[in-house]
Amino acid sequence: MKVGNINIALIGNPNTGKTSVFNQLTGLNQQVGNYPGITVEKKVGVCKLASNLKATILDLPGTYSLNASSLDENVVIELLLNKNDKDYPDVAIVVTEVENLKRNLLLFTQIKDLEIPTILVINMADRMSYKGISLDIPYLEKALKTKIALTSSRKGEGIDELKNLIINYRNIPTEPCLNASEIDVEYFGNLRRAFPNQSLYKLWLVITQDVNFVNLDRKELPNPSFTKSKDQLKRLQHKETIKRYQFINDTLKVGQTIDLATAKDLRSKFDRVLMHKFFGYVIFLFVLMVIFQSIFDWASVPMEFIDSSFASLSAWTASVLPNGILTDLITQGIIPGLGGIIIFIPQIAFLFLFISILEESGYMSRVVFLMDKSMRKFGLSGKSVVPLISGTACAIPAIMSTRNIENWKERLISILVTPFTTCSARLPVYAIIISMIVPNKRIFYIFNMQGFALMLMYLIGFAMALFSAWILHKTLKIESKSYFVIEMPNYKLPMFKNVAINVIEKTKSFVFGAGKIIMALSIVLWFLASYGPGSDFKNAEANVMKELSDSNTKLNPSVIEKKVNTYKLENSYIGIIGKSIEPVITPLGYDWKIGIAIVSSFAAREVFVGTLATIYSIEDSENQEATIKQKLAEEINPVTGDKLFNVASGVSLLLFYAFAMQCMSTLAITKKETNSWRWPLIQLIFMSGFAYLTALIAYQILK
Amino acid sequence: MVLNITQLQIGQKGIIEDFDIDKVPLKLLEMGCLPGNEVQLLQVAPFGDPLYLIVNDSHLAVRVETARNIIVTIPNSEQ
Repeated sequence: MKVGNINIALIGNPNTGKTSVFNQLTGLNQQVGNYPGITVEKKVGVCKLASNLKATILDLPGTYSLNASSLDENVVIELLLNKNDKDYPDVAIVVTEVENLKRNLLLFTQIKDLEIPTILVINMADRMSYKGISLDIPYLEKALKTKIALTSSRKGEGIDELKNLIINYRNIPTEPCLNASEIDVEYFGNLRRAFPNQSLYKLWLVITQDVNFVNLDRKELPNPSFTKSKDQLKRLQHKETIKRYQFINDTLKVGQTIDLATAKDLRSKFDRVLMHKFFGYVIFLFVLMVIFQSIFDWASVPMEFIDSSFASLSAWTASVLPNGILTDLITQGIIPGLGGIIIFIPQIAFLFLFISILEESGYMSRVVFLMDKSMRKFGLSGKSVVPLISGTACAIPAIMSTRNIENWKERLISILVTPFTTCSARLPVYAIIISMIVPNKRIFYIFNMQGFALMLMYLIGFAMALFSAWILHKTLKIESKSYFVIEMPNYKLPMFKNVAINVIEKTKSFVFGAGKIIMALSIVLWFLASYGPGSDFKNAEANVMKELSDSNTKLNPSVIEKKVNTYKLENSYIGIIGKSIEPVITPLGYDWKIGIAIVSSFAAREVFVGTLATIYSIEDSENQEATIKQKLAEEINPVTGDKLFNVASGVSLLLFYAFAMQCMSTLAITKKETNSWRWPLIQLIFMSGFAYLTALIAYQILK
Repeated sequence: MVLNITQLQIGQKGIIEDFDIDKVPLKLLEMGCLPGNEVQLLQVAPFGDPLYLIVNDSHLAVRVETARNIIVTIPNSEQ
């Protein structure tokens, strides 16, 4: 039996519960990817409508209108303007929300003008009685020339009715609900005559797009004789918006009644507390503290479990498999490398959990409001708080989230300084070093000192982000039109399903994305560490024996074996590379093994722990069951003879990792978002130079 | 009485009369900030900026530099 397919585009304003509707329709049956060539997230899901009919649903980025002012919004328009796109929808579903119906309908009237069958979803219908709202659905369906589904996606109500409307989408009228061309009859008459085969509204969108956003291919459209200037077009867009609102207001006057007497308002009560000029900041600081304490305290339990499980897995595999190169590769290269990825999962999941709760609940907008004025002193926008906070998970989505900052200078500075925020890839490095140099004690019975040290590292990251933003603010000479508009959505209890799907998706893509790099690097590292050029590597055993007999020392066999392994490692390819960079890193308090870990960290920071794990397990092949932490703690500095990880070298490493730009993917995304190599280069040089300097100063003072 | 939005008292309502078309972004219009619509100043952020408004039933925040360009009249009943 052939299964039919309907292409659906899900469109709507931000904060209408569009994603909840998407999740209700598709469940876990969804994929997150990117639009070709750009880094806008593309979410596609499949929904089974009947035994022989399914729908492919595309969840388009949230937008307030079809007049794009950002890359995300532009995706919506490019798709809807291109009938040949393979994702071009058979049906458009516009999701609106019952409390903001008036504003949400603006986008709906624009979509209707594209003459695509359009279903109107009025979401959060369960709040109608609470807000004293009642709707005349038959009237609205007639006036708006559509079919309406009343849903409450949080409770899963109305989803079946929506599916029925989708199945019968051919019954939905495709004509526009108002005639927007009345705003300038002469101009649109000329357009119609010049391009008789095109939809008038599509023409208008193509013409006006670069008034707001410069990115649309206009080759097909020869310049007609009756062009208008940018200012005239902008005025016409204003008129268009006013015209649409007139229609919406007139429609809702009949179709919607609001009984204010029964309306209840919790929002203003919450706002007064959460946005209070004193308590607002206290609460925000408290929220941040809870997040950081939990990452360290709660996540450490599963992390230690994962660490020791991988150590025993390595030992077990080594004992079960026959001796040989392949076994070595598995036990010394692949398993420790894998462990280096898996160990991140608890912390990353916690971070994504908190960030998606902050965003889902509507609290994030309040923070933006509270912080805007103070952030502007540093050349940032209140909206920069979002990338700076979500940068604690990963700088890449954080840099993408700067797209809704309207002012280019504020946006550029946000992009440049976001990588200073402590991302999750730094966490394992911090965690392991802090656990070695900070005692595991409690102060005031609540704060774990290690948790406190970790929070300090986060604060240092934020402080550095602000400080460099301030420098950029004072030095960059960019004039750009500044404005700032942000919606303050109603508070919502975060929905378990949405948060869970978000956490799973983000963690998955992080683990697989970073995982590939880490795996590949671990294998390469293992080869480089297990083979070496020249006779020194080959004759390791003989050379060590000779040295020992020269100095007349008697040692037991296991110590001798370790000596041989160390000798081999020093003369392997990686040892030679490491030794050659030693002069640069010795002043910072590191030995060549840490040097190798730092060099490989330039692909991505998270390989630091995995690299050390691979190097140490090759050196100490007898002792596979020791955890990475134990191995690190045992290391001796060849220069000083003290423990390699003491306070001085530990602080130096912490500072180096806090400031250095060690992430290729971040550089790549900066290049994409700023459209120039100049900015990622500045990031790389400034951040890494600063990191080296501070690490140097710290070690020299503390040693 | 004719004022701009920044001159409203907290809680006070006005009707949008006019705005400087070059200084008010289209996005604000799309959120419902249009002549004839009602605007209420809900809250002012710490340090006096930005402003938290209800415009045409939408809750939104704008900076003082933008709000200054939106002219409102206060209906007699509100004075």
